[in-house]
Amino acid sequence: MNETRFTDQHEWVRVDGGEGTVGITRYATEQLGDVVYVELPKIGRSLAKGAEAAVVESVKAASEIYAPVGGSVTAANEALNDDPAKVNADPEGEGWFFKLKLANAAELSALMTAGQYADYVKGL
Amino acid sequence: MTMNNQGSPTATGAGQTREPATISGDRGMDHEERLIFELGRPGMSGVDIPRVEIAESRLAGQRRKGPIGLPGLSEPEVVRHYVRLSRMNYSIDAGLYPLGSCTMKHNPRLNEKLARLPGFGDLHPLAPLSAAQGALALIGELMRWLTALTGMPAVTMVPKAGAHGELCGMLTIRAAIAARGEQRPRVLVPESAHGTNPATATFAGFTVDEIKATPKGRVDVAALEAKLGPDVGAVMLTNPNTCGLFERDVLRIAQLVHKAGAYFYCDGANFNAIAGRVRPGDLGVDAMHINLHKTFSTPHGGGGPGAGPVVLSAALAPFAPLPLLVHDASGFRLIEDRDEVPAGARPFGRMCAFHGQMGMFVRALATMLSHGRDGIRQASEDAVLSANYILASLKDAMSAPFEGPCMHEALFDDEFLHDSGVTTLDFAKAMIDEGYHPMTVYFPLVVHGAMLIEPTESESKESLDRFIRVLGTMALEAKAGKRERFEGAPRLVPRRRLDETAASRKPVLRWKPKEMPKAAE
Repeated sequence: MNETRFTDQHEWVRVDGGEGTVGITRYATEQLGDVVYVELPKIGRSLAKGAEAAVVESVKAASEIYAPVGGSVTAANEALNDDPAKVNADPEGEGWFFKLKLANAAELSALMTAGQYADYVKGL
Repeated sequence: MTMNNQGSPTATGAGQTREPATISGDRGMDHEERLIFELGRPGMSGVDIPRVEIAESRLAGQRRKGPIGLPGLSEPEVVRHYVRLSRMNYSIDAGLYPLGSCTMKHNPRLNEKLARLPGFGDLHPLAPLSAAQGALALIGELMRWLTALTGMPAVTMVPKAGAHGELCGMLTIRAAIAARGEQRPRVLVPESAHGTNPATATFAGFTVDEIKATPKGRVDVAALEAKLGPDVGAVMLTNPNTCGLFERDVLRIAQLVHKAGAYFYCDGANFNAIAGRVRPGDLGVDAMHINLHKTFSTPHGGGGPGAGPVVLSAALAPFAPLPLLVHDASGFRLIEDRDEVPAGARPFGRMCAFHGQMGMFVRALATMLSHGRDGIRQASEDAVLSANYILASLKDAMSAPFEGPCMHEALFDDEFLHDSGVTTLDFAKAMIDEGYHPMTVYFPLVVHGAMLIEPTESESKESLDRFIRVLGTMALEAKAGKRERFEGAPRLVPRRRLDETAASRKPVLRWKPKEMPKAAE
């Protein structure tokens, strides 16, 4: 399975095997403006679904990034430390924040599909 | 040309459209001023100091080896430098300053004169108490006014700013909880509270839980009630809140907070809307800071630091920090030591070395005495009236997210700019070209593209009408697709739109010389 799911807090999670890659959506980056700093979670940290996982700071505001699903952090995108602009340039690709090993894959089903998320954003 | 996220040019300095360029680089009275380090040259000095021959140096290894790197300038050069810089500044003395949640009100000249009286202005912090009786009496009188205006039994004058006052209040609450032998690590903060509130609670060792706002821009009482429990130490409310609205359920909130065994902190930064009309003590508040430097003149603390006294309920009063001001048969004195406090007092500690900001105390008391209680009430009413005049006059040209009437701040959102290609930031920057300091933008966060305008009671109706005409016309132009005045604004100032992204990503925090100049002698 390799599918991207979305939260109403504008995070995305792409699952490949038992591992999910997490980032923020293009809509979120448009709302935030230019990202100037990203605080990433430590590898090995265990996150509950909805727990505060990372912080993103833009020229306009600082926002928390929540774990879309529970799991333990397996990787953090250290490249963002030197070049936070990647988040704006490619939010749903190179601008990913962290990866985590899913604790409970069933949590994914509560998240939105790409189509549902597009409708959700349209309604904002 | 670099582009920022708003899609507007961000060139700095270059790109001035006024032609022809001058030969000097200055533009009339608009001087192109360099840093003082770039102006100075080694060897130049304002005064000639006779050379002293030192027979035997006692500095040993401490002797300076390299040049000190201070700029060398003559006295007129130094004076010109700072006068030119001061002319680039915008202040409440220069024009309307509608910065929401900052209460930039007029600073009466009488207050300045009184603050400069040598007995106050030249008083040394370590002067013996016998030589400071007048100043201490003034602080005592100011404390009396603050407790009377707020209906609270006690006040501490220690904190040096609003956020420092918040911290003082939260540390007082923490001490009170500890004295009860309880564990209450959580603090609830509504979305509509000041941004410093969650930061303060976190800094004071609590964990913060946010409470959502209702669609009417006020605290969701049901959500608050659901989150209250035996682990909640305090609720921090801003009233009037950052949406410029009075929290009508404040009595119910206080009741719920107290029933849960928690304390009720109120952010008093918006006291200018209610001073003389509502006493926080009557609302069930346990602790509230008062920004003397907003509500009672000295805008922005005269450059800072400010003064943020905290009024306390009977439950919290014993835990107020040192030093304590007391008055007895021998006059005023300060209790500096925990061992000397009166029976029942259990100060949580000490926040800073000295008692407070004397200049601000003088200005605040001067404001209170010259206005009187009825005058303070009228000032608050006029501040609210001014904000409502702006809200009512601009709500059709612009867009207001919440139904009025408002308190002393008028809040707009960017709905009226939808699809215009103009953002809240562009709108605010274009105000600079019109000679106004921009309003608070993108705050509060609960509103999209927020613009928070606080006119205060200082503005005349004529001044408000002019402001309304300018903003109204700007809004109409933006909606009509006329983007010229917004693109790349401001244009008529020494520097055009700054590249905030580059400034954040690659901050240059310190000027460095290419080569250290030789020391001035």
